Amino acid sequence: MQAIQTVTVGSGGASSIEFSSIPGTFTDLKLLVSARTTGTGQTWQLINVLPNGVTANRSQRYLAGLGSGVDNTSGNELQAWGSSASSTSNTFGSVAIYIPNYLSSVAKSLSIDSVTENNATAALQLLTAGFWNDTSAITSLELTLNSGNFAEHSTATLYGILAGSDGTTTVT
Amino acid sequence: MTNEIPTKIVINCSTGVREVLELTQVEIDEREAMAIQSEADRVADEEAAEAKAEAKASGVAKLAELGLTAEEISAITGA
Repeated sequence: MQAIQTVTVGSGGASSIEFSSIPGTFTDLKLLVSARTTGTGQTWQLINVLPNGVTANRSQRYLAGLGSGVDNTSGNELQAWGSSASSTSNTFGSVAIYIPNYLSSVAKSLSIDSVTENNATAALQLLTAGFWNDTSAITSLELTLNSGNFAEHSTATLYGILAGSDGTTTVT
Repeated sequence: MTNEIPTKIVINCSTGVREVLELTQVEIDEREAMAIQSEADRVADEEAAEAKAEAKASGVAKLAELGLTAEEISAITGA
């Protein structure tokens, strides 16, 4: 697994983070995000995941623990979740997105795990099975918020993973 | 109240060049559309959950009217 690029959000915040011109030299992609947003209200905030910046042909089903309940929902989105400004100060949510065969000329699957951080009952854990029904290779990956910004010190690192000649992952 | 234009960070994975860009009007419109859709989805989810809870409570009440004990109802429904 090789780090491709890392983004750290600066003092002004940013409403979205985009990894562009992703090299086509790997087999799988993994994106790890430490996210806090400036949104308020709930202690978590949704992060839209846009392969190639596209909203079309996305779908998901997730299983969620809400701190004091559970949820199981499907829809035409791809979503991750970060801690919001209503979470305990200085806490960040964690997101892991795995995209096998991102260069495939058929539909792509995505696995998205999100855990928000909050020193109270209301925190969120989601396991998401995602699907992008598009034949294009993924060349960019964008994380957007519907409102507010990613807070300063949020980070996102994109990794490339290469399968060896025997089909198994190569560790570098 | 400020009308600051939202920004995005774009990092070119091939060159490593990092830019902070203002969103275009198209991107701002798309962001607002996603916010509206997201809120509509949230309301629909809540309404579906409420309807399911009401149906469950109604079903449990009808089972009780048929003479089932609380233990029997719990065994059947998990409620």
